[in-house]
Amino acid sequence: MSIMTESEARTILEKVVALSTADECVAQLTGSVDGNIRFALNNVSTSGVVTNTELSVQVAFGRRVGTTTINEFSDAALERAVRRAEDLARLAPENPEFMPAVGPQTYRPTATWSDATAAVTPEQRAEVARASIAPCRAENLIAAGFLDDSASFVAFANSNGAFGYQRATGMDYTCTVRTEDGTGSGWVGRNLKDISGFDPAADIQVAMRKAAASAEARALEPGKYTVILEPAAASGLITFMTRYFDARQADEGRSFLSKAGGGNKLGEQVFDPRVNFINDPWHEGAETLPWDGDGLPRERRALVEDGRIANLNYSRYWADRQGQPVVGQPGNLIMLGGTKSTTDLVRETERGILVTRTWYIRMVDPQTVLLTGLTRDGTFYIENGELRYPVKNFRFNESPVIMLNNIDDLGRPVRVAGNNSSFTVMIPPMRIRDFTFTSLSDAV
Amino acid sequence: MDRRQFLAACGIGAGGTLLPGFAGRAIAAQQLVETIDLAVKKRLADAGLSAASGAGASYCDVRVGRYLRQFVITREANVQNIVNTESTGVGVRVIADGAWGFSATNAMTPEAVAEAARLATAIARANARNQTQPVQLAPTPGVGEVSWRTPIQRNAMEVPIQEKVDLLLAVNNAAMQAGANFVNSQLFLVNEQKYFASTDGSYIDQDVHRIWAPFSVTAIDQTTGKFRSRDGLSAPMGLGYEYLDGRAEEKMVSPNGVVSYRNSYDMVEDAIAAAHQAREKLTAKSVEPGQYDLVLDPNHLGLTIHESIGHPLELDRVLGYEANYAGTSFATLDKREERFQYGSEIVNVFADKTEAGSLGAVGYDDEGVATKSWPLIQNGRLVDYQATRDQAHILGKTESDGCSYADSWSTVQFQRMPNVSLRPGTTPMTAADMIANVENGIYILGRGSFSIDQQRYNAQFGGTLFFEIKDGRITQPLEDVAYQIRTPEFWNACSAICDETDYRLFGSFFDGKGQPSQVSAVSHGSPTTRFDGINVINTARSLG
Repeated sequence: MSIMTESEARTILEKVVALSTADECVAQLTGSVDGNIRFALNNVSTSGVVTNTELSVQVAFGRRVGTTTINEFSDAALERAVRRAEDLARLAPENPEFMPAVGPQTYRPTATWSDATAAVTPEQRAEVARASIAPCRAENLIAAGFLDDSASFVAFANSNGAFGYQRATGMDYTCTVRTEDGTGSGWVGRNLKDISGFDPAADIQVAMRKAAASAEARALEPGKYTVILEPAAASGLITFMTRYFDARQADEGRSFLSKAGGGNKLGEQVFDPRVNFINDPWHEGAETLPWDGDGLPRERRALVEDGRIANLNYSRYWADRQGQPVVGQPGNLIMLGGTKSTTDLVRETERGILVTRTWYIRMVDPQTVLLTGLTRDGTFYIENGELRYPVKNFRFNESPVIMLNNIDDLGRPVRVAGNNSSFTVMIPPMRIRDFTFTSLSDAV
Repeated sequence: MDRRQFLAACGIGAGGTLLPGFAGRAIAAQQLVETIDLAVKKRLADAGLSAASGAGASYCDVRVGRYLRQFVITREANVQNIVNTESTGVGVRVIADGAWGFSATNAMTPEAVAEAARLATAIARANARNQTQPVQLAPTPGVGEVSWRTPIQRNAMEVPIQEKVDLLLAVNNAAMQAGANFVNSQLFLVNEQKYFASTDGSYIDQDVHRIWAPFSVTAIDQTTGKFRSRDGLSAPMGLGYEYLDGRAEEKMVSPNGVVSYRNSYDMVEDAIAAAHQAREKLTAKSVEPGQYDLVLDPNHLGLTIHESIGHPLELDRVLGYEANYAGTSFATLDKREERFQYGSEIVNVFADKTEAGSLGAVGYDDEGVATKSWPLIQNGRLVDYQATRDQAHILGKTESDGCSYADSWSTVQFQRMPNVSLRPGTTPMTAADMIANVENGIYILGRGSFSIDQQRYNAQFGGTLFFEIKDGRITQPLEDVAYQIRTPEFWNACSAICDETDYRLFGSFFDGKGQPSQVSAVSHGSPTTRFDGINVINTARSLG
């Protein structure tokens, strides 16, 4: 029952909407099968499968809203859920920012499903762990990793006639490999919709090479360096910044996209002209649901175009108040780039530092989006196009706004693993000038 | 998971208010005060225990859990969301053939629990095939049928929604009247009704309560475009709604008049102060980078303790089990053997699961171990870690430290941080006495940004309020302050600790660890403490 068909879901949702006596009703069904396997110290530590299906019912009397959630679907249970949501709505205070449910919509489906990912078995997960652990054991390295795979569906209907149904799959694999003496550490990650494109035996070699090569790192003085950020390293900074593309925050004067004297920076040149961010639910490799949490259709939209702020994200309430068009909130982020690989970028670098991954990124000053964090699991000095030697990890204090004005070159975007977010993100590797490292870390 | 992710997972702050499954199913407020009959819980637990034994498990524990949460979210004059959630089910953990197995069900019938127990046993047997060493469980005596409850005076779940809404809107109104441009305030209330039974002969019923009342006030200078926020100075606590009574005797007034709070919080008073201080921040002096003596208030130091002592002494991290996510630790086992000089001789840090009002306080942990308090750092030297039953033998211990916790009936329990706190100094000393001896320093209150590497060496901390200290006097507010530390050097630079009259708890409500990630709540007590010669950076930048 976890992955319902469209007609099964529609039957339940229509029943729920019909049961409601409130001014409006929105019902949403979600179901998922999530499998995972975790390993550490070259042994499997935990593995499991969690299945869950839930129905959310949200009703409104005027501007008073009540929500309830259940996981059984008998007629009596559906009736109970609707009545409980109605009771809650009657008790709720009015929400002055309430927006009525959307009317009938047309959603152009996105290719979010893979039969192969939905069919993953416990044996396959165990094989991924074995393929990660066995080569490490053979070379006296220590693997710790996690594979998470999921198949899910979401369907919703409301009393204004909107309906949507779609299924999705995904997998996320990360593995950290360390040398036995703890002086070297490497990492690899893979995030895919379709697990048939996943080759753990090949990926683990990347983490193993980096682990072995990063032992006995040398200390460089903190300061400003040319860096090559692999996609996993750049992603943490860039996705942190794009949270602040909210129009209301900018209009209220509390965002780096607010303008002195009032208003926001829509249309202004904020980044290097090579910077382009798009949200596109149909983008190959980064497909996401074609509607947002309000049931609004998502569209292909530029957030940043040639370095200019092309769009900000408006909630329905704020769009209505500001007289802006209503567009679905994005479900993915793609930073466009070129065709070069990380290796190509390294080859063309005279002197610089390769950063595999960044860690524990936190906001220091929202005024400038100054972020701090550290490098981790493979940091190397580059000279004349080659990795010369491993260097100790650094703490950085850098604003992605400044960083994206110091671009030397952009590579080919890839889907980023291990970002702990439902957002699908594609980021290119990039070479950046004058990236600010403020101190050294002894951590390996 | 940080607070932002947690809010996102709850659907809070998003345009849509539909609630995803993370926090359990949404229920009516009146259901938050209901409990499950004890006899029903025992019947479910016995079904699991006997099914596991029958299937050949050598050990089994059953957790029957009902996890309740209520969130009230407001901004300015608006209530944005009120969420009541409940999650109920049973988790069964077994040892069979020397390996762990776990399974969980939300079907509250003896048959379903028995089936989960058999499945857990089968999973354990499958895991055993690849296990290099059998699980060694430190003995824990069965305690029979016992119960424990957080010593609260007023169950927050019984307080009418209207009273909570009225409080937050009064807080927001006070801040706006005092000159704020924006204010967001929330209440996070948690009640864990946990029943634990094991084949050791324990049937433990616990009723655990937690409360957190954060807010953030923002001031804007429209002309310059500058904005600054000042968050509340409360702490998340293991208390009932009485925490919000604002009792005068629990106020602590700093030498320059900043009011902090111990076991009772005046949220309206703090919001008014926040509005003034947020405005003050807009024109405060930008700090000159360099070396300073830092005087750290407990409401700030708690997070530094959490990151630089609490996490590195988690035994699973030390051993490498968290290498792929949270990381490992610089405080390796050999450092305990050599009694590593973690801090200066006045630094005494203790782990604790019993302190009244703390987030970590319970009668028994999630594997039935009676809780206790024990030293981690004595006279500056590393003496111990935080362990569970299957880790105790690694430290040569014959009993667990009682550090096992799961954030839901559906998640498997593992080693989590207890309260980790700095013992007060034995010589009488107030914060005013401490500041009077500082020539060139910064006094820091409240939490700010925090970041630390995966082995817990290099950390950077911001704060909420910063004040310059010159020649023993607080002279003016500062901004753009962050300090960078290397953990052992920082704690060895600890030169003075105020006495027990200044001791207060700070806490972390959503501490994330594990894959899949679980959250836990933990407190950190300390008095105001001084650290000499710490590297301070200036965080102001220009976007041109």
